[in-house]
Amino acid sequence: MLYDVIMAGFGGQGVLLIGDLLAFAAMREGRQVTWMPAYGVEMRGGAANCTVIISDRKIGSPLSVEPAALIAMSQPGLVKFRERVRPGGLMVINTSLADPESVARNDVEVVGLPANEIATEELNDPKNANMVVLGAFITKSGAVSFEKTLDSLSAFLPPERQRLAEGIARALQRGKLFAQEGR
Amino acid sequence: MEERIMLKGSVALAEGALTAGCRYYFGYPITPQNDIPEYLSLHMPERGGVFIQAESEVASINMLLGAAAAGARAMTSSSGPGISLMQEGLSYMAGSELPCVVVNITRSGPGLGGISPTQGDYKQATCGGGHGDYYLIVLAPSSVQEMYDLTIRGFELADKYRNPVMILGDAILGQMKEPVTLRDAKPVTYDKPWALTGPKGRKPQLVKSLYLKDGEMEVHNWKLAEKYRRLAEEDTMVEVDEDADADIAVVAYGSCARIVISAVEMAREEGIRVSRIRPITLYPFPSGEIRRVSEKVGRFLTVEMNTGQMVRDVRLSVAPGCDVRLLARPGGAIPTPQQILAEIRKALE
Amino acid sequence: MKQVFKRPETLIKTTTHFCPGCHHGTVHRLVAEAIDRLGVREDTIGVAGVGCGVFLYDYLAVDVCEAPHGRAPAVATGIKRVNPEKIVFTYQGDGDLASIGMSEVVHTANRGENITVIFVNNSVYGMTGGQMAPTTLLGQQTTTSPRGRDFHYDGYPIRMAEMLATLEGVAFAARVAVDKPANLRKAKQAVNTAFEMQAKNMGFTFVELLSACPTNWYMTPLAALRRIEEEMIPYYPLGIFRQRKAADYL
Ligand SMILES: Cc1ncc(C[n+]2csc(CCOP(=O)(O)OP(=O)(O)O)c2C)c(N)n1
Ligand code: SF4
Repeated sequence: MLYDVIMAGFGGQGVLLIGDLLAFAAMREGRQVTWMPAYGVEMRGGAANCTVIISDRKIGSPLSVEPAALIAMSQPGLVKFRERVRPGGLMVINTSLADPESVARNDVEVVGLPANEIATEELNDPKNANMVVLGAFITKSGAVSFEKTLDSLSAFLPPERQRLAEGIARALQRGKLFAQEGR
Repeated sequence: MEERIMLKGSVALAEGALTAGCRYYFGYPITPQNDIPEYLSLHMPERGGVFIQAESEVASINMLLGAAAAGARAMTSSSGPGISLMQEGLSYMAGSELPCVVVNITRSGPGLGGISPTQGDYKQATCGGGHGDYYLIVLAPSSVQEMYDLTIRGFELADKYRNPVMILGDAILGQMKEPVTLRDAKPVTYDKPWALTGPKGRKPQLVKSLYLKDGEMEVHNWKLAEKYRRLAEEDTMVEVDEDADADIAVVAYGSCARIVISAVEMAREEGIRVSRIRPITLYPFPSGEIRRVSEKVGRFLTVEMNTGQMVRDVRLSVAPGCDVRLLARPGGAIPTPQQILAEIRKALE
Repeated sequence: MKQVFKRPETLIKTTTHFCPGCHHGTVHRLVAEAIDRLGVREDTIGVAGVGCGVFLYDYLAVDVCEAPHGRAPAVATGIKRVNPEKIVFTYQGDGDLASIGMSEVVHTANRGENITVIFVNNSVYGMTGGQMAPTTLLGQQTTTSPRGRDFHYDGYPIRMAEMLATLEGVAFAARVAVDKPANLRKAKQAVNTAFEMQAKNMGFTFVELLSACPTNWYMTPLAALRRIEEEMIPYYPLGIFRQRKAADYL
């Protein structure tokens, strides 16, 4: 089985970081995985995106033309990739900064959640909006095990950032709850 | 230490250098390879090594020349214009038979060009690049694991043959993260009785590439040629994923070979019989294996991220009458698996 | 009402790609004003060094030639020798000019080549992501001096204007800053003088401008202005280090 997802947003939203965590969790499950960032002379605040591919076999191209899923943290990120998701695929959209109505497709599953509001108002932790979205994505897609992702957090974070683990775990849990209950 | 860790290609490469015992890095910033000097500026001193940001690539390669002459394992990394500036030094090092590892994380050109992934430096790398009758040993990793493994191998080959080694990567391989298993085994090392350490207790030694006496230069050139022949015989590396009844063979290296893997999988799902060949050493080129496969398969497709450079080596290698086609995407464009599949279908029509 | 602030004719009306608080835009304006002042826009050829200033051609309505990294003074030499009556200038960063291009700028200055060199000293490599430059201050952290620049390993920051001022071929060498109105006025004067002296065939003219790169200083634009005043100017004193009078020359 091969599962590929593109995550898109702008610099500073932690788009590359959630890709990193997803890839790390997949590796800890013993799977093959690639993480490929978009790079460029993009100045600060510019677009940021990455592609994560998880498979049980050796992975060929680390880029995907028609991914199974898209995580859109921003409207430009959504616009850039919305046509590319495979029919039957999944889109998890941060409705705080992107409009799910603009997807205009009925052949994909769309999950919208106001991640910035949730992170800021409920969790008092605005930096973890990305993790709220990742929690929802993992729950919906089953790309990796949610529990294993939580378990891998302390190995994922470098020693000097261990204190962030708890907040990230809370944000992931909140995203999971949203994916399950729609609120 | 069999544990897998997630590493960026450029970091894996830098770790490979450290594992190989490289303790001297000289380099000058250039996108898209800055992760390498940035990582080493932090970690080289921690492992008792020397990191110098040189004033230019011309200085970098000559610092490398000096460190190599003094017997050390040393490395530099750069891209496009920087690699061009190093050609004089590389020619001197090949002429003086000095080992070193030079990493080229390519960018598209000519000129200032662009920073997207490309294979436009194939010619420069495999034809020597500088003046005179010499070659570089050119290794083309295709995964993050190979960025690590082939860097170690590169230091070993450099010392074994006393010749500069080039590692040819691109922004995909440099930026991508994949699980990597780091090695515990010690890298192979070689005695360097020729190194300049001061003539204490022995006759003074000389590192040079100037040969002015009658016939001397020819003797030296034949000596180098013999070395390259031995290199081809003993250390050519290639990956062949062969279908005994293949109707076509696809040849690609580096990041492009990864995309070919996806295309070949798709083709096989459609029932197309296809073999896949990935040169790992670009010099020496795996002509023997290509010839062998071509005796059975009448059609070849070469896929490259340039306007068609390796295809010449493929054409020179195949059996007479073998049809060699080319799918080429220059200037930072990346072929898609779908595009390669379409080309495979077309070739079989 | 009299218009006091207007866009120089030489400056193309567009938005720039520079980061917020970057001084490249300010320096572009000073160059444009100097060219306007002499009325030589149609007789001017710029040579863009490789750095964040490489996109000069997007902002200045003059002919521009891109040079390989550091080689702008050599390229400008070629252009000037073919077109001795035209105004020729280079626009270079501190990596471009003081590191890889050290040889070209020194020899071009020494030949007294009648061109103007605009040198933007922001103490880092901007375009490539904030690596150490020859002008990086001691102790300054960059992506390749993660522990701060240490003279034991990395040497000392180079003072280009003073160094070039020792060469006989140099007609004008000055260091200015663009951090506040008083300094900006002097900067404008220096750039004007340099171009004017070139127009009078007086030899090699050089203006070093202390500038901010908030992005790679990891600072807000405001903090970056303070850094110019508090850290850069004390090490890089402002002033004119050499100015040839027309009489000496003739
Ligand atoms: C031969 C060569 N080496 C390296 C580079 C990469 N490079 C591009 S811009 C630059 C330096 C930019 O710094 P600076 O000159 O200080 O200008 P700034 O961007 O700070 O204005 C470098 C090293 C190159 N283009 N060519
Ligand atoms: S990186 Fe620095 S020099 Fe370049 S545009 Fe941004 S602020 Fe200006």
